Amino acid sequence: MIPYRPCLNIVFAMSLTTQDVEKVARLARLAMSPSEIETARKQLNGIFGLIAEMQAVDTDGVEPMSHSQELAQRLREDKVTESNQREAFQAIAPQVEQGLFLVPKVIE
Amino acid sequence: MFESSLKQLGDALRAKQISSVELTQSYLDRMAQLNPELNAFITINPEMSLAQAEAADARLAAGTAEALTGIPIAQKDIFCAKDWLTTCGSKMLHNFVSPYDAHVISQFNNAGAINLGKTNMDEFAMGSSNETSYYGAVKNPWDTARVPGGSSGGTAAAVAARLCAAATGTDTGGSIRQPAALCGISGLKPTYGVCSRYGMIAFASSLDQAGPMGRSAEDLALMMNVMAGFDERDSTSLQRDKEDYTRDLNKPLTGLRIGLPKEFFAAGMGADVAKAIEAAIAEYKKLGATIVDISLPNSKLSVPVYYVLAPAEASSNLSRFDGVRYGYRAPEYGDLADMYEKSRAQGFGAEVQRRIMIGTYVLSHGYYDAYYIKAQRIRRQIAQDFVAAYKQCDVIMGPTSPSTAFKLGEKGDDPVQMYLSDIYTIAVNLAGLPGMSIPCGFGNNNMPVGLQIIGNYFDEARMLNVAHQYQLATDWHSRAPQGI
Repeated sequence: MIPYRPCLNIVFAMSLTTQDVEKVARLARLAMSPSEIETARKQLNGIFGLIAEMQAVDTDGVEPMSHSQELAQRLREDKVTESNQREAFQAIAPQVEQGLFLVPKVIE
Repeated sequence: MFESSLKQLGDALRAKQISSVELTQSYLDRMAQLNPELNAFITINPEMSLAQAEAADARLAAGTAEALTGIPIAQKDIFCAKDWLTTCGSKMLHNFVSPYDAHVISQFNNAGAINLGKTNMDEFAMGSSNETSYYGAVKNPWDTARVPGGSSGGTAAAVAARLCAAATGTDTGGSIRQPAALCGISGLKPTYGVCSRYGMIAFASSLDQAGPMGRSAEDLALMMNVMAGFDERDSTSLQRDKEDYTRDLNKPLTGLRIGLPKEFFAAGMGADVAKAIEAAIAEYKKLGATIVDISLPNSKLSVPVYYVLAPAEASSNLSRFDGVRYGYRAPEYGDLADMYEKSRAQGFGAEVQRRIMIGTYVLSHGYYDAYYIKAQRIRRQIAQDFVAAYKQCDVIMGPTSPSTAFKLGEKGDDPVQMYLSDIYTIAVNLAGLPGMSIPCGFGNNNMPVGLQIIGNYFDEARMLNVAHQYQLATDWHSRAPQGI
């Protein structure tokens, strides 16, 4: 019913290994079990099969488009615009103490 | 009353035929009755809604009411609303009571509208069926065995079931238009930059755009008058003169040039959808429009390009959820990295984790040019197709979705099949153009079909005119689900 099938470009078609997926999970700070890594590997390879169709397109001389409104970044006066809302923000934090956000010890 | 337009409700409120408290209570009663089955809302807070209604009644009595003062509007749970639980459909934000208002929320508050509740959605707006919500799937009011579409599925179901007068959505790759189509309502994704993204939880910042969802084009125009406008807190908000989006509603369509992209009418659209779309085009010819055959040759690449760019931006945006300042933190952990990894693994659902991983990979060393830059180059080619097409036509039309609403669980474990349901909507986000969906008939199993109308940049008023004239000539938009 759906017409769209990725035409896999053999030159580009690639397959993520278990090690690749483990590395990506680590970079993304996502704890994953070996079985989750394996499921993710299969699904990501399916998705990259879809994405591979891009590689057959001739884009020579085409400027990358990061944004639809290509405007210069607006500047504003260098002055304080936010009021201090520490109590409101800390009220929703997982763990705070004496106005500080608590995390596990970083430096011994 | 539940069938009244926003204009009719506003008139009734200002004429004191009904109070905002009475109107709001009627909707709350209806939600209490129907929401348990539909699951369209994540948070309902009658006390807060009724307090706003009392304030609106005071304003109505004082004669300072605006068009939407006193009218109950539901808000997608992606918009931060002060003192409201704001979950974005995720366990990650299961306890996040927002300390501030999104710009869109404060615009509605200033207009005196009532926040009727926070609607269910795919987790972090990542999904096309509303099945990725941590708070459970939403049911389509036309057939509760079917999905409402996504990611603004709770909003679409709530509007279709008359649980609110109108509601907000957001659209990164079709998340307003596709659920509007699947639930038989109207929805508009404005030009990128027209509605502020401030306080709208970010998915893919170069694509995300808020917009109205309702039962008619006229309702959407009134919503746009409140939602649109410059906001200095969003660095991509556009500085433009204030518009009245209702100004062109009553213009005749004589001479309107409708472009039909051949790529949207190729094999792949369901036969039932094709039949409804063709009938809608025939109706537009009767209204005085002429048809122009156009081509968007690169639009077929929009799905692969989107599934590089959107996850790349998402992986960056969602790095802020680390269990330190707000949101979910794992109950047990060792060192700091372990706390991050466990909090994120437990707080994010499977689809969100998948997209974070795609994004992390395509941005990683050695793959950035082959994926991310390549996708950005094709993005420009896709946008240029539209620029060329608008030299020959005023609006572009086609289907919103290749099929009507599918069954819950039908697309199962294959993410690629789900991604392909947005094939007709994604190119519009990549180009930053405005797009809308309006009901144009019914397909198999009596499920609604949506007609997509794509406009040129900042042409929302014309699109609303094009939709409104069709809605004056047809009654698809006023059909309601059986038993609702």
